[in-house]
Amino acid sequence: MSEESQVRTTPFYQMHVDAGAKMVPFAGYEMPVSYPLGIKKEHAHTRQFAGLFDVSHMGQIKLSGKNVMSALESLVPVDIIDLPVMKTRYALFTNENGGVMDDLMVTNLGHNSLFLVVNAACKISDYDHLKKQLGSNYKVELDEDLALLALQGPKAVEVLSELAPSIKDMTFMTAKQLEINNIDCFITRSGYTGEDGFEISIPANDADMFASLLLSNEQVEWVGLGARDSLRLEAGLSLYGHELDSTHSPVESSLNWALSKVRRSGAEREGSYLGDNVILKHLKDGPDTKIVGLLPEGKMPVRDGARIEDENGIQVGEVTSGGFGPTLNKTISIARLKTQYTKSQSKLFALVREKRIAVEIVKLPFVKHNYYRG
Amino acid sequence: MSIKYSEDHEWIDAKGDDLVVIGITDFAQEQLGDLVYVELPEVGDECSRGENISVIESVKAASDLVAPVSGSIIEVNSRLEDEPEIVTEDSMGEGWFIKVKLSNPEELNDLMDEESYNTFIEE
Repeated sequence: MSEESQVRTTPFYQMHVDAGAKMVPFAGYEMPVSYPLGIKKEHAHTRQFAGLFDVSHMGQIKLSGKNVMSALESLVPVDIIDLPVMKTRYALFTNENGGVMDDLMVTNLGHNSLFLVVNAACKISDYDHLKKQLGSNYKVELDEDLALLALQGPKAVEVLSELAPSIKDMTFMTAKQLEINNIDCFITRSGYTGEDGFEISIPANDADMFASLLLSNEQVEWVGLGARDSLRLEAGLSLYGHELDSTHSPVESSLNWALSKVRRSGAEREGSYLGDNVILKHLKDGPDTKIVGLLPEGKMPVRDGARIEDENGIQVGEVTSGGFGPTLNKTISIARLKTQYTKSQSKLFALVREKRIAVEIVKLPFVKHNYYRG
Repeated sequence: MSIKYSEDHEWIDAKGDDLVVIGITDFAQEQLGDLVYVELPEVGDECSRGENISVIESVKAASDLVAPVSGSIIEVNSRLEDEPEIVTEDSMGEGWFIKVKLSNPEELNDLMDEESYNTFIEE
């Protein structure tokens, strides 16, 4: 069966079309890549005010059953057992070789249930993985009747608190269940732009009404996938299939911060997840590759796939994501490099259409995070 | 002379003496979205019809500018290197890309007039 015959739409499809969005197929869905405002202005609007993103293509999975926390813990190198109720944590599904199957957000709903948000392109395989690995003792529900919106930017809290004053007290990576205009909302203070903001899960039936409510505030504009990518790139956030994949461990993708202490060697709940031997070895001996930020010289975008080489033309890595960073008004890239070349004094070049462009290794993020930690 | 159009969404303005100015159409500019970089050919380069002669980078992706005619490049709009946004603002005027001295002026006959182009983009 061809891809086209199965293209799906989100509950906001008609709103996007009415807003004049340019729609493109993405992960099996017709999604808005940009609106008439244009990617650069949508990007700037999010950094200054509040951008509204339709991310309903992502997978929303509810996991439940007795001891569900330790069950999920057997699939991720992350501390889930100690995750407090209504707190959210970043996690990774690993495979037997220590590679990454997907990255996800996990919220503890209490009462032996967890809420996961996973990547659109991986949601079916994640669902199958959970079913297979956890067995019949746990309920795994991929809820396709939910919509997901992200409201991101320094004004997001002001906009949302006009509708629900209590969300002001939430800090980064916490969750709340509440009603806004009789619509059931599950809200986390999180996002994928580096800005303060929220992700709001709502029933698909109420999707239009809820989005219209947010858009009636003049500080809010629809923002498409184009700006979503340039925002996350500036924020140095990994994108599955680019900085993360099934052939590199989280350590090789510079995600050590996501690997909980309690799951590391010598700790109380060491290992005991798929690929633990590989990941713990990479933590102990150091990885072969790392993910770094690159600032290419000049204005030419250096995009994913571009070869990185040293002065002698020896390949030392590859760009995983790259493009234009509107906030910096510069070309920026993220690359996977062999560890020995990740020192900032390495003299490196990117190859774009047979041209050699000098690149400087820089610390990520390119634009500092602006999360609300209370 | 009137402006001609290519299927690759370029406009070709024949100035006489086998000289043409080439740019991208408003339709192309809208499809590409915000431009962030334009890589131009060198003055003096020869181009043959169908050859990639320039790269246009939008926030999302890189696209090629395909030579709609053959000839030699006698001038490039080097303003685009620092201000690619002029293409977005005025694709049919200030945002021109290159001037070409035609080596085979007959090729102009294979291009579309405005009416045919408008029909072409509606399809």
